[in-house]
Amino acid sequence: MSGTEIGLAVSVFLACAVEAVEALTIVLAVGTTRSWSSALSGVAAATALLAALVAALGPALTSLPIDVLRVAVGGLLLVFGLQWLRKAILRAAGLKARHDEAALFAEEADAARRAGRPAGFDPYSFTVACKGVLLEGLEVAFIVLTFGANQHRIPLAAVAAAAAIVLVVIAGVAVRAPLARVPENTMKFAVGVMLSSFGTFWGAEGAGASWPGNDAALLVIIPALLAISLALVALIRRASALAPAPVGTP
Amino acid sequence: MRVLAALARGVWDFVAGDDWRVALGVACAIAVTALVATSTVAAWWVLPLAVVALLADSLRRAARG
Repeated sequence: MSGTEIGLAVSVFLACAVEAVEALTIVLAVGTTRSWSSALSGVAAATALLAALVAALGPALTSLPIDVLRVAVGGLLLVFGLQWLRKAILRAAGLKARHDEAALFAEEADAARRAGRPAGFDPYSFTVACKGVLLEGLEVAFIVLTFGANQHRIPLAAVAAAAAIVLVVIAGVAVRAPLARVPENTMKFAVGVMLSSFGTFWGAEGAGASWPGNDAALLVIIPALLAISLALVALIRRASALAPAPVGTP
Repeated sequence: MRVLAALARGVWDFVAGDDWRVALGVACAIAVTALVATSTVAAWWVLPLAVVALLADSLRRAARG
């Protein structure tokens, strides 16, 4: 396996693990408080929709000319990666609330209890579980398709994604509680750096630039972006600490 | 029509996220890279520089609230 393929597998695994933890929390909340069968039907419906999406878009993407694919995928990956990284930096700097699975679980479970519950099939559980898995799964499908298609390694990306999902589901079934101990914010930070780095690399290559050292350039881009992101966290923390307190604050 | 509008809004939210300026900046940076790549000057440095500038600017705006 080449360095780029290892990077692909690690990025997809981490991104999918984060999304799977979020989806699992939603499914656990409606499943434990209302109806497991309806919640699992929602999961099955969302999974089928996502599989159809990947099956339809995967071959279409891989048939595009490589430079078109790289510039489109690189650009999208970069936009997407910068979104993750921006949020992760704001969370690490304390300017945005950290993702808390226990709090999300309590919030979802409370909403589920308050909604009326019919006998038999429960549309609420079905819809919430389906929507949760579909929304989190779309990000997974996007990452699998873009990373996989660009390297012509969709099966490798799919295996990394499946491994992450299986691992998270096994852990969820074992503890029967939201996976609050998963270092989700740190993982999101790492994924943001990886997506942005690969996006920068492929976007520039697709636009016609040649990287010094070819694929080895990634070994410089990834640590450099990580160092810059950590420096930005420190800079924002320092600026927040130095900022004058609002008028009226004791 | 309403479904199409909702779908378009969903795609826009998915791609642009919290800061549409970043998406626009990335598109412009890729276009500049392509332009520089047609000349004799190396073009690989454009995108990394743009990424750092866009990230820093987006964070500065978010921090100001």
